[in-house]
Amino acid sequence: MTTAANTAFRPQAAAHADFDVYKVRADFPILARTIHGKPLVYLDNAATTQKPQAVIDTMVRYYTAENSNIHRGVHTLSEQATQSYEQARATVRQFLNAGDPREIIFVRGTTEGINLVAQTWGRANIGREDEIVISAMEHHSNIVPWQILCEQQGANLQVAPVNDAGELMLDEFEKLLGPKTKLVAMAHVSNALGTVNPVRKIVEAAHRVNARVLLDGAQAVPHMSVDVRAIDCDFYAFSGHKVYAPTGIGILYGKAELLEAMPPYQGGGDMISSVTFEKTLYNRLPHKFEAGTPHVSGTIGLGAALDYVNSTGIERIARHEKQVLAYGTRRLLEIPGLRLIGTAREKEGILSFVLEGIHPHDVGTILDQEGIAIRTGHHCAQPLMERFGVPATARASLALYNTMEEMDALANGLLKVREVFA
Amino acid sequence: MPDLRDLYQDIILEHSKRPRNYRTLEAANRKAEGFNPLCGDHFTIYLEVGDGQIRDISFQGSGCAISKASASMMTQAVKGKRTEEAEELFQKFHHVVTGKNGVESNDLGKLAAFAGVSEYPVRVKCATLAWHALRAALQGEQHAVSTE
Ligand SMILES: Cc1ncc(COP(=O)(O)O)c(C=O)c1O
Repeated sequence: MTTAANTAFRPQAAAHADFDVYKVRADFPILARTIHGKPLVYLDNAATTQKPQAVIDTMVRYYTAENSNIHRGVHTLSEQATQSYEQARATVRQFLNAGDPREIIFVRGTTEGINLVAQTWGRANIGREDEIVISAMEHHSNIVPWQILCEQQGANLQVAPVNDAGELMLDEFEKLLGPKTKLVAMAHVSNALGTVNPVRKIVEAAHRVNARVLLDGAQAVPHMSVDVRAIDCDFYAFSGHKVYAPTGIGILYGKAELLEAMPPYQGGGDMISSVTFEKTLYNRLPHKFEAGTPHVSGTIGLGAALDYVNSTGIERIARHEKQVLAYGTRRLLEIPGLRLIGTAREKEGILSFVLEGIHPHDVGTILDQEGIAIRTGHHCAQPLMERFGVPATARASLALYNTMEEMDALANGLLKVREVFA
Repeated sequence: MPDLRDLYQDIILEHSKRPRNYRTLEAANRKAEGFNPLCGDHFTIYLEVGDGQIRDISFQGSGCAISKASASMMTQAVKGKRTEEAEELFQKFHHVVTGKNGVESNDLGKLAAFAGVSEYPVRVKCATLAWHALRAALQGEQHAVSTE
C-alpha cells in the first residue's frame, strides 16, 4: 500500500502528557472488539458515542443496589434513587453553567427537547404571520417541529443560507430578522458538516429584535465547553448518547422565567402539585415538565458520563480531537477524487465527503469490511445535501478516543474502495 | 467473512459504470419512481407495455453501484418478456438476494451475480429498488414507491 511513507509524517498521538489517548481507549470496552476480523475503528460518533466502563458500571450499580421509583417513596431506596437523580441534574447544571438546577429538564434527547419547546412555548408565543428563523444546515429534528408549529399557528419558517464552505451567512441571516421574528432555532454545531456556528453573534442579533433563541447542542456538548449563560441563549438542547451516556436521556435547558411561564408539555404524575376533577395545580420547575416515571438509570448514567468528561477535561478532549481532525483532513485530501463537504474555518471533528464516481453507500460497505464504521446517507439533513448538490455523503465523525492511526486506517480503507471501483 | 468480490462482481461494477437502457423512453406508457430515503437512491423506470408484453424499458436516476447495476440488468432481463414472466423473475430474484432456499440462482441467468447481496442484509433494498419500481409501473401505480 502507499501509506507507509506517508505515516512517517504522522504527528505523535501522545504529544501531550496530560492526555493519553491509549489510556482513554482502555476505558471503553467495546473498542477492544473486532469487526470482520479487523480491529474496530469507530468513526460514527456523531450518530452515537461508545460508553466508558464508568457509565456502564454506574448503571449496573443502580439496578443492582438502588433501583426504585423517585419522588414517591418514603423508603430508603426511593430516597437514594431520588438523590442520585437530582445529583445528575446538579451535574448537568454545572456542565452547562446554568444558573439554577430548575432550568435543567430531563427529556429523551435533543429531538424531544426541541419538540417540547415547539409545543409549549411555541403554541403560547407564536401567532399568525410570525416568523421562525432556522438555517440551511439543520438536522431534521430542528426543522420538522417548527414546520408542524408553523402549520398549527399560521406562522412562517425562514431559512438562513450557508456558503460553499458550509458556514452560516451571517449577513443574510441578519436580513431575515425583523419585528415578526419570534424565534431563532439553530444548530450550535452541524452534524453533517462539523461547522461551528457563531452562537454569540446569533443570539445578540436575535435578541436585538426581541426574538428568542433555541440552540441545538447535540454536536457541540461532546466537543467543547458550553456556557449557556455566556452564550445567553434562551433554550439549549442536547442528547446524552452523543456524549458517552446511554440512549433515551437528554437535556433541555431553558431560562427559568420562560419555563415558569410556559404551559406544561405532557400531563401525568410528578408534574402536578394537586389534582381534583375541577382543577389541577401544576408542580414547580423542573417537575412541571417531567410527567411520569422518567429514565432514572439513564439520567444517572448521564451524570456519570459528564463526570467522566469532566475528569478527562473538555479542553484536553477538544485539543486532542482538533489534532486528529487536522491530520485526518490532510490524509483524506490526499485521496484522489475526494471532495470534502464542509470546510468551515470553525469546525468540529466531522469529515463529510464524497468520492468521485463512487456512491457513499458503497464506500460504507467496503469500509465496514475493514472494520471501519462510518455513516453514509443524508444525515437527517436532506435540505443541506440539496444545497451541496449531492444525494448523500460519507461521514467520519470523531470522539475523544479516536487516534491518528485510525485516520490512517480510514485513508487506507478509502484507497481500497478506489481499488474495488478502479 | 463474506468476500467483497462476492458483492461487487465484475459484471455488477461494469453495469454500474455503464448502465444499459439508461435514458428516457419516448414511447413509454407506464412510469414509476423508486426512492430509498435512507440513502437517497432515486430511479425512474419507463415502460412501453402492449398486449401484456414489455416491449421496451429504460431507466434514469442515481444510486449506489448495487442499485444502479440492478436497474440496468433488470431492464435487459425483462425486455420482451410478458408481464407475468417479469413478475416471476422478480420473485426468484428476491429469493436469491434475501438468501432464501429453494431457488437455484442459475434460474436467473446473469442476475445470479446478485446472490452475494444476501451476505449484506442492509444492501437488499439497493438490489430490489428498481424491481419494486418496475412492479409499481406494471400495476399502473403513479406514486413513487419507497423502500422504507
Ligand atoms: C445536530 C443534531 N440535532 C439533533 C439530533 C437528534 O438527536 P436525537 O436523535 O438524540 O434526539 C442529532 C442527532 O442525530 C444531531 O446531530
